[in-house]
Amino acid sequence: MENIFIVRCGETALKGQNKPYFERMLVQRIKKNLKDMDGVSVDRADGLIFVRTPQEIPQEDTLKRVGRVFGVDSISPAKEIEIKGMEAEEALTAVGKVAVDYMLEIIEERGIKTFKVEAKRADKTFPVESPQIGKIMGAKILKGCKVLRVDVHNPDCALYVNVRRDYAYVYEKKIAGFGGLPLGTNGRGMVLLSGGIDSPVAAFMMAHRGMYIEAVHFHSYPYTSERAWEKVRDLAGILTDYCGKIRIFSINLLPIQEQIVQNCPEDETTILVRRFMMRIAEQIAKREGDLMLITGESLGQVASQTAASLVVTDAAVSLPVMRPLIAMDKTEIMDRAREIGTFETSIQPFEDCCTVFLPKHPVTQPKLERIVESESRLDVEALVNAAVESAEISVITQRSDV
Amino acid sequence: MFVYLDNSATTRVIPQVAEVMTKTMTEDFGNPSSLYRMGVNAEKILKQARLNVARAINASPDEVFFTACGTESDATVLQGVWESRNKQGKRIITTAVEHPAILRNCEYLQQKGADVVYLPVKPDCTFDMDAFKAALTEDTILVSVMHVNNESGSIMPIEEIRREVNKVNKNILLHTDAVQSFEKVDTDVKKLGVDFMSISGHKVHAAKGVGALYIKNGLHIRPFLMGGGQEKGFRSGTENMPGIAGLGEAVRVAEENKAQRIAKIAEVRSYLLDLIKANIPDIKINSPEICAPSVLNISFLGCRGEVLLHTLEQDEIYVSTGSACSSHKKGSHVLTAMGLSQEEIEGAVRFSFSEENTKEQMDFVCEKLKAAVESQRRLRSAFKRR
Repeated sequence: MENIFIVRCGETALKGQNKPYFERMLVQRIKKNLKDMDGVSVDRADGLIFVRTPQEIPQEDTLKRVGRVFGVDSISPAKEIEIKGMEAEEALTAVGKVAVDYMLEIIEERGIKTFKVEAKRADKTFPVESPQIGKIMGAKILKGCKVLRVDVHNPDCALYVNVRRDYAYVYEKKIAGFGGLPLGTNGRGMVLLSGGIDSPVAAFMMAHRGMYIEAVHFHSYPYTSERAWEKVRDLAGILTDYCGKIRIFSINLLPIQEQIVQNCPEDETTILVRRFMMRIAEQIAKREGDLMLITGESLGQVASQTAASLVVTDAAVSLPVMRPLIAMDKTEIMDRAREIGTFETSIQPFEDCCTVFLPKHPVTQPKLERIVESESRLDVEALVNAAVESAEISVITQRSDV
Repeated sequence: MFVYLDNSATTRVIPQVAEVMTKTMTEDFGNPSSLYRMGVNAEKILKQARLNVARAINASPDEVFFTACGTESDATVLQGVWESRNKQGKRIITTAVEHPAILRNCEYLQQKGADVVYLPVKPDCTFDMDAFKAALTEDTILVSVMHVNNESGSIMPIEEIRREVNKVNKNILLHTDAVQSFEKVDTDVKKLGVDFMSISGHKVHAAKGVGALYIKNGLHIRPFLMGGGQEKGFRSGTENMPGIAGLGEAVRVAEENKAQRIAKIAEVRSYLLDLIKANIPDIKINSPEICAPSVLNISFLGCRGEVLLHTLEQDEIYVSTGSACSSHKKGSHVLTAMGLSQEEIEGAVRFSFSEENTKEQMDFVCEKLKAAVESQRRLRSAFKRR
C-alpha cells in the first residue's frame, strides 16, 4: 500500500505554451524536496501531479514538504480506485464503496454532519456525466452514512470524486500551498540579508515567484558579534526549506565605516553605508550572474527607507532593486515571518551591522548631490573592490530533516 | 598567543582530571549501588572524592553532598530551607549582586510568600553591614550571601555576618554561594560559620555538570530530587561518577600547594592591573582594593566592552564583559547595583585568572588591549566630533 497525494499547480496551469515547462519544473522541485524519502514517485497527468509515498512515511511529512514547494496551489491526500476494464455501474459501485468508507472515517475523526460531493469526469469517454456521478455518489453516501445530510452551500466536508481513465480518485480537504511559481523559472537574485525580520521575508517572497536566491551579509566585526553571523546562517537555513541551497557572501564593512566616520558628515552615515552595501552587492551579483538585487526595505520604516533615501540608494547601482515589502506594514511583515518560520530567529538580540555607528539624527531627506559630494572624499571604487575581494562565501544547503 | 582570562566563566579541565574521568568511564564504570566488587570500587572512588572536598573546606565527609552544579546547590538550599522553615518566619536576606541562581530562586520564593530583602552593596561591591543589621530580624529564616562576587571579585565578610546573625538569633541559617571563592580564598566552613555552602566543579578545573553542597551536620532540609536514595536520600539519581571523581581529583591537585598557587594567581593579577594602569588612561577599576585574586574588573571609558572582547578574541585572548552591545539586553545587574554610570557599564571588561596564566601572557594582553582601546576611542571621537 502507498499513500497518494493529488497536487494542484494553480497559476502554473495558466501559462499557455509554457505549461509543460512549468509543470516539469514543479515536478522536479517536488522530487527534490522529497529526495531523501525512499520509494517516492512524482508524476504528472492532465494538469495534476500525483505523489506516491510508501505507507510508512507519515502523511504529515509529505504534506509539509510538498506544501513548501513554490508553484503548489494545494495538496490532498487521496484514495485511488482501479476501474480499468469495468462497466460504468461496476466502477461507480467500487468508487462509492471507497467514498462511503472514507466518509465514515471522517465522521469518526471530526464528527461532521453535512457534506457535498463534487464530481469530475476527466475521462470524457466514461459514459456517466459529472453531475450524474455526483448525484449517484451523494445517494450512496447518504445511504451508507445515516448521520449525514447534504448541504451544497456550506458543507462540513466537501468530497471530491475524480474519474479518470483506468483509475478514480476520492479525496477531500485541499491543503493550501504557497502558490507562486516553481523555483528556477525566474533566474536568480541577490538579497541583502541582515539578520533582522524583513530581509528573510523579502527573499522568501521573491523565491515564491520562482527566483533562486543568494545572499550578501554585511557585518562590522569586532563591532558585531560572531553570534550575529551565526544567526544569519540560521535564517538562511530556514529559507533553504523553500528556496533550496543558498550561498552567502559575508563582508566586513568596518573598513568602509571607519572611512565614512572619519571623512563624512555624521547624519549621512547611514545612507552612505547603505549606498556602499548596494554597490558591493551589485558588483558580486553581476559577477555571479544574478539578475536583480533584493532588499527588505519598506517605505518609511526607518530613515534610510524614506522615499528620498531610496531614490539616493537606487542611484548608486544600475541593477534593478526589488523591494517586495515596500508597501507592507511592519505587522504584516512580522506575520509573514512567523508563517515562514524566521521570526523567532530574527528577534534574537545580536547587534547587526546597521545599528553600529548609528547617528543621533540621521538625514531623512538626503539630496543626491550632497551625498555624492560627501562620497567624493572617499576612494569609493577602491573601498568597494577591497570589500568584494574580502567576501567569505558560505554555502547553506537544504536541510532534509524537517 | 592563546590567553584564557575568563576563568570565572569556566576553567580548562586539567589533564590529571581528564585522566581520572576517562578511567571512571571506561574501566571503573560500576554503579556505587551495585553489590558486586565493581560497585564497591565505585563506592571507594566516591568516598575518596567526598573526602577530598570535605578536607578542602574543613568539613566532615558526611556533610558533603554531590550535585549537578552550583545552581542546583543554591536552589536546593533556598527552596529546601523555605519549605522546612516557613512556619517559623518569612524573611530571607540576600544581596542585590548574587548570581541569578540565587536571585531567580528568591523571586520564586517571593511568589510563595517569602519576604526577601535584597541588600544593596557599597560602590566597590563590598558588603553593606549597616544595611544588613537593619534588615536582620529575629524571625529571619535564612541569610544567603555569596562569598566572592563573580563580576567584581569582592569578598563578602561571611564570618562577620555570622557574628551579627548570632547576636540576633543563633537559629538563623547562613548559606554562602562559594562557587567563585572555592580554591581561591579560604573556604573553611567552621571559620566562616556557614550552615550551607555551594560549590561548582567546572570553576576549579573539573568538568561541567558536577557540583557540591555542604550541609552542616544535624540540619535537615527537603531533598530536591527524590528517587533511589543516593547521597543518603538527599540527592537521588545515579551518581555522576566521572564528574565526581574528576572534582575529587581537581581538589586534590588544587590543595597540594594551595598557598603558592593562590599567591601566583594574585601576582599575575596585580601585574596586569599595574600594566593597565601604567599604559591605558581613562579607566575605572571596579574591583575593590581587597579582592579575590581571580577577578579583575575594569571599565575602559569611551569603549564598549563587547567590542574590546571581539577585538581581543582575534588574538586568542578571551575575556568577558559586564554588558552585551545589544540594546535588547540590559547591562550587568552587579555593575548597576554598584552604581556605575551607563558609560562605565558599557566599557566594563572582566579578566578572571587561574594558575595557568603567566606574566608573559599579561604583557601580550596589555599590548593588544591598549591597541584595541586606542583604536576604538579614535573611531568614537571621530564619530562624535563631526
